[in-house]
Amino acid sequence: MEFPVHTSPYGQLPNNVTRLMGQVLLALVPGIIALVYYFGWGVIINICIAITTAVAAEAGILHLRKRPILPTLMDLSAVVTAVLLAIALPPLLPWWMTVLGVLFAIIMVKHLYGGLGYNPFNPAMAAYVLLLVSFPLSMTRWLPPEMLNQYPLDFLQSLTIIFGGQFPDNLTWDAITSATPLDEMRTRLEMHQTISELSQSPLWGDFGGRGWEWIGNWFLIGGLFLLWRKVISWHIPVAMIAGLLLSAGIFWMIDPEAMPSPAFHLFSGGMILGAFFIATDPVTASTTPRGRIIYGFLIGVTVYIIRTWGGYPDAVAFAVLLMNMAAPTIDYYTKPKVFGAREDKDG
Amino acid sequence: MITQNPGRWDFHGGIHRPDRKSLSAGKFLGKLPLPEILTLPLQQHIGSTAEPAVTAGEQVHKGQIIARTTEYIGAPIHAPTSGTILGIEERPVPHPSGLNAPCILLQADGKDAWGELPEPLPQYADLDPSLLRERIRWAGIVGLGGAAFPTSVKLNHGPDRPIQTLVINGAECEPYITCDDLLMREQADRIVEGIKILLHVVEAEECLIGIEDNKPEAIAAMQQAVAESALRNVQVVQVATRYPMGGEKQLIKVLTGKEVPSHGIPAEIGVICINVATAAAVTDAVIAGRPLLSRLVTVTGEGIANPGNLEVAFGTSLSQVIAHAGGYTDLAYKLILGGPMMGFTLGNDQVPMTKGANCLLLAGKEEAPDPDKALPCIRCGKCVEVCPAQLLPQQLYWYARAKDLDKTREYNLFDCIECGCCSWVCPSHIPLVQYYRFAKTETWAMEKEKQQAEEARRRHEARTERLERLEQERKARLRQKKEALEKKTARGAADPKKAAIEAAMKRVAEKKARQSRENEER
Ligand code: SF4
Ligand code: SF4
Repeated sequence: MEFPVHTSPYGQLPNNVTRLMGQVLLALVPGIIALVYYFGWGVIINICIAITTAVAAEAGILHLRKRPILPTLMDLSAVVTAVLLAIALPPLLPWWMTVLGVLFAIIMVKHLYGGLGYNPFNPAMAAYVLLLVSFPLSMTRWLPPEMLNQYPLDFLQSLTIIFGGQFPDNLTWDAITSATPLDEMRTRLEMHQTISELSQSPLWGDFGGRGWEWIGNWFLIGGLFLLWRKVISWHIPVAMIAGLLLSAGIFWMIDPEAMPSPAFHLFSGGMILGAFFIATDPVTASTTPRGRIIYGFLIGVTVYIIRTWGGYPDAVAFAVLLMNMAAPTIDYYTKPKVFGAREDKDG
Repeated sequence: MITQNPGRWDFHGGIHRPDRKSLSAGKFLGKLPLPEILTLPLQQHIGSTAEPAVTAGEQVHKGQIIARTTEYIGAPIHAPTSGTILGIEERPVPHPSGLNAPCILLQADGKDAWGELPEPLPQYADLDPSLLRERIRWAGIVGLGGAAFPTSVKLNHGPDRPIQTLVINGAECEPYITCDDLLMREQADRIVEGIKILLHVVEAEECLIGIEDNKPEAIAAMQQAVAESALRNVQVVQVATRYPMGGEKQLIKVLTGKEVPSHGIPAEIGVICINVATAAAVTDAVIAGRPLLSRLVTVTGEGIANPGNLEVAFGTSLSQVIAHAGGYTDLAYKLILGGPMMGFTLGNDQVPMTKGANCLLLAGKEEAPDPDKALPCIRCGKCVEVCPAQLLPQQLYWYARAKDLDKTREYNLFDCIECGCCSWVCPSHIPLVQYYRFAKTETWAMEKEKQQAEEARRRHEARTERLERLEQERKARLRQKKEALEKKTARGAADPKKAAIEAAMKRVAEKKARQSRENEER
């Protein structure tokens, strides 16, 4: 009797990339539902455009690179990139911008560097930054959350706006869109309003933008699921949130009228999404346990710095990309102490 | 000093996987009848290959040394039964490479007649440890937990490394394997007797026996045996079930809190670690004067009809072992020697049983599916989380693949214990350990090459130096002669007669010098 040979270990391996990515997608569901609830159909349409583009782009480029197409598509990493980008985009973004962003993410950021595992930058965030820099106006036209929205759009209307730029009768961009709370906060503070004045505004909820402040919690549910399933480790999210809360806390204590509270920062913009789903992208993050803490913490601090003193309202994408660059260096200096490391020598 | 609260420490990483031990646990299928022909590989252990001590046609007795070791790290091989040596030939051996290696072929005569054995040493407590080490060396005992490192070498810790703790490894952390479990349940006394001997040999202050908590019967049996022995410095310690708890460095850490230094051995921190079956073999060698001729092996998996444990003489074909355990079932898909984490697949069952073989796993397709195609490393860090050596497997993989051997060393490749935890959890299904083994082999090969090159360079340099020296000496002699001549000429220039004589002498001298130079050059 002849038997096949291969190397150990033998058995059903507990992990695989498809399952990991699938769990990430699953974990995004509560957050996506919340987004759709608050911002309407545009969110879903964006996601569909992004996924279709990502799959087509990945298949095309794999074909050009003469790589097996189906197995690679099956790893779902392109879908995850697409969804992460799509949910970061304004709900009524013209379709071709979404397509452009996804193409950039998959072709330039991922495959030109060698494909999954080789890209130094987070594809979704690189694409987000590209779009933000190229189309600053469209990229900051958000919708007001559901409870503040006077002109809720149905599915068809959203579709026509996204694909045709056609608005329903007597509506214009200005009528239906509104700034994000981070944007609002920034503009008002620049106008020297105080935080107490600001919180009188109807746009204001308990500690952040009305409606907005609750979305983070839905992503948090997914994030906790990922922690529980051990898809991600706690290091990056905890450190990143700590970095943000610490810097925000210090300045808030110094001047609570001019500096928004840590809670506002935590539940605004892409912070929770970023901490659990984006900064934890394994490929582009630091991989040593200590390195991950430093990496996450620095992202949190950078987010605060850019939000407070930088030129853009939200900063998760920039901060993540900056730390992507630093990750190899962080890894190098945070090599764990090997078992039985001798005291007299290092390493 | 006695370790307080042994077992309260922990090691980093490791994995949990279903242990599947119930398939064979506690089942003893008896002693396998001796085969007609035994195939005994000369290399059954770590270290130098044993040298045959017999020739074709020779009659041998049971227990007679048929291959002896010429170097310090090595172990002799004994005839498991009496019979005739058929020859020394290349045969397939149980090795991952699947290659052939020299084996002694022994035809059993069916008499199973013992030859002359050394005298039993029940009074070992009065004997010098070196004498007992010699006996253990004679018996051909190697680590029976799978590593097969010569035990006598391990026990020779040297006077500058006093041993505090003798650790007895009964963890048996690999899934499926139950031979140590069975031995502890059924022959705890034999193990404890071995512990007594070992304590005397290494002059340790205490002995800690580590057993995973998935073996309550073994723990109870060992506890009872220890209690009956009235040994006060021996303790059975229940440890958590987590792979690789039975890794030498891991078990020592958990039991004593001490870490074996990187690139070091346990003796450096005053510990020696011996497997339970090895301890039992020591008893036989010392108390009965019997060499190591057979061992317990687990035969298990979905692919075997009657899983259990068997006592098998070395040299028996694995096909006979399998037949004795009821033969293959329809599910048999892979033949694995050793456990599912660190063992290796065999292409067929036509290889002999050796000292290091602790398990034959006939895995079904579900139990050992074919590996998927590996995806690129996504740097998820799961391997880092589980690595008990606290390495960065993904970096090691990266450098091993790029054949950057210096970097793999910088990342402590040689601290990798090849436990396979990293490969197990890798979502990209990269056969990481395979890369590390490769990098290690490459490094060794390179080292050897370097040594040889160094040797050649030294020889070349020595030669050039010698030639240069000769040349210098020749020149110096010439110069001396010339100077002497010049002086003479200067002095005798006034006397023509003297000058004529001197000229003649100079010619003669020159001729002589030329001759001697020619001689020298020849
Ligand atoms: S587990 Fe595999 S994929 Fe993850 S970092 Fe390690 S080698 Fe890379
Ligand atoms: S095989 Fe080596 S690198 Fe992998 S987990 Fe075990 S010790 Fe670490």
